[in-house]
Amino acid sequence: MTLSTSSNFVKPDDAFRAIVEAHRGLSDAQSADLDAALVLVLANHIGDIAVLNEAIALAKRRMLDASQQQQQQQQ
Amino acid sequence: MVQTKTQFGYRRHPDQDRAGAAAAEHPVVVVGAGPVGLSLAIDLAQRGQSVVLLDDADRIGEGSRAICFSKRSLEFWDRLGVGQRMVDKGVVWSVGKIFHGASQLYQFNLLPEEGHKRPAFINLQQFYAEAYLVDRVQELSGIDLRWRNKVTGLEQRNDHVLLTIETPDGPYRLHAGFVVACDGARSSLRQMVGAEFAGQVFEDQFLIADVKMTAAFPTERWFWFDPPFHAGRSALLHKQPDDIWRIDLQLHPDADPVVEKRPENVRPRIARMLGHDKFDFEWISLYKFQCRRMEKFLHGRVIFAGDAAHQVSPFGARGANSGLEDAENIAWKLDRVLRGSSPEALLESYHTERSAAADENIRESTRSTDFMAPVSQQEARLRKAVLSLAKETEFGKRMVNGGRLSVPSTYDTPLSTADRDAWRGGPRPGASMPDAPIAAASGQSMFLTEAFVGKGAQFTLLEFGNGAAIDAPEGVETIRIGGDDGLADTRGLAGARYDAEPGTAYLLRPDGYVAARFRHPTRPALDAALARAAGLNRGLS
Repeated sequence: MTLSTSSNFVKPDDAFRAIVEAHRGLSDAQSADLDAALVLVLANHIGDIAVLNEAIALAKRRMLDASQQQQQQQQ
Repeated sequence: MVQTKTQFGYRRHPDQDRAGAAAAEHPVVVVGAGPVGLSLAIDLAQRGQSVVLLDDADRIGEGSRAICFSKRSLEFWDRLGVGQRMVDKGVVWSVGKIFHGASQLYQFNLLPEEGHKRPAFINLQQFYAEAYLVDRVQELSGIDLRWRNKVTGLEQRNDHVLLTIETPDGPYRLHAGFVVACDGARSSLRQMVGAEFAGQVFEDQFLIADVKMTAAFPTERWFWFDPPFHAGRSALLHKQPDDIWRIDLQLHPDADPVVEKRPENVRPRIARMLGHDKFDFEWISLYKFQCRRMEKFLHGRVIFAGDAAHQVSPFGARGANSGLEDAENIAWKLDRVLRGSSPEALLESYHTERSAAADENIRESTRSTDFMAPVSQQEARLRKAVLSLAKETEFGKRMVNGGRLSVPSTYDTPLSTADRDAWRGGPRPGASMPDAPIAAASGQSMFLTEAFVGKGAQFTLLEFGNGAAIDAPEGVETIRIGGDDGLADTRGLAGARYDAEPGTAYLLRPDGYVAARFRHPTRPALDAALARAAGLNRGLS
């Protein structure tokens, strides 16, 4: 299995909205707790370490891009 | 500790009377008479080697220290003739429970199937294990155990190692064909060969106490995250022989060791844990630990084993048990090299197999330690999520890491012959032999591991009967199950655990690991597998 990055939801807005609403009214600390639990639940549902590693790499690329952008702005 | 001798005398040895140039020559010198060095010396002596065993002290250390001895270690000790004594004295357990706060999260059974001679674990104070091993050493003429002999110098020569040894009578020198350094985490031999010992240091401190009391707790391993009696930290409780209970408490990283160790400060913590104050301290110790290993376990003619070669965190019982696995791994190889039956290159497989095992042990125990003592806020958050998910999900329970207990590694090794036949189960080459109940020709019940010990722990062909016996290569013992002349697999468990069909055969190494397996072995295939396992044809692949 490889990580699927094509759009899998019939209504992607519903999925995004469901996550946003889960965080509504939570403090940053509570939100972080929720995310931690959610990540673990979803990771287990995927149940494939190769796919999980790909997902982590994809997500982590954001951090890298963001820090590069920051560096370019500073230059 | 009443019935065991723990204090030994220094005795002058004739080797000490020789002049410097005429140092006595010995084929193998083992340094360090802890569980690893003692076991190694016994294994070598039982294989017919003369062993000099040196220790810088003259007494067995106090405290329970490495209390958990694994099934694999017990099977090794069975081969050394001390297994039963360890089990008779030890506390047998296989169930562990994990608590979070005041409530139980889950429990596990480390040996859920029956039909094994040995339990998953016994708890036994290290000093008992050492005392029984010393008793066994003294039954064997091949071991010359010298107390208060401290190695202070080491020079590697082409065909030997020159050791300088300090004694109460002054120094003397020895020529050793090989030296095996089993001298512990602070190994002085490691420093003498100039080897690095790099790894990860953990900041959290743990307090261990051996507490004497009578209590009705079951003989199980109990582990707590954030217990009511020790908020925010972890705790571990183990039962030992003699009404002694071993308690490990995680302390805050900034705790002052001197203050924490005082009995008046330890007592209230333990009283809170037990709910009463009716106990006495036998031993209190504090420790911090590191996870690290030497890059190479072989340095010329000096071989490193046990804590001298690798150190792990204590959660998972991977310290002493992995050291004992080192000993059983090197013993038969060194024996063959000393006899000239195998080239010295066979010893390289010790490094290959046991350094990979050390990496596995370090990985597992580091993960456990990180789970117990999260290093960042987000790690703490993830752990909190796992612990809360564990209350209602199976996957959460399985992610809770309160120590993953020692199991033998499966070696990816050049000594193995790769499978060519189709297998649905059974131990693959590089795995240790599973035990199974069988019946002797007399009809008496016994175990497969006993049959292996009975054959002298040599290269052994385990055959599942199919007409005529296989023509085994010279020097290979045979254990035959089924057929007219064989042992009986009365319950079918041996066949099931080895995925056996009529004609199936496993070639076992002298340490009880699988070297090769065949559905229908031919003599040339067996010869080739044996040569490979003995390090005789390293050019082939």
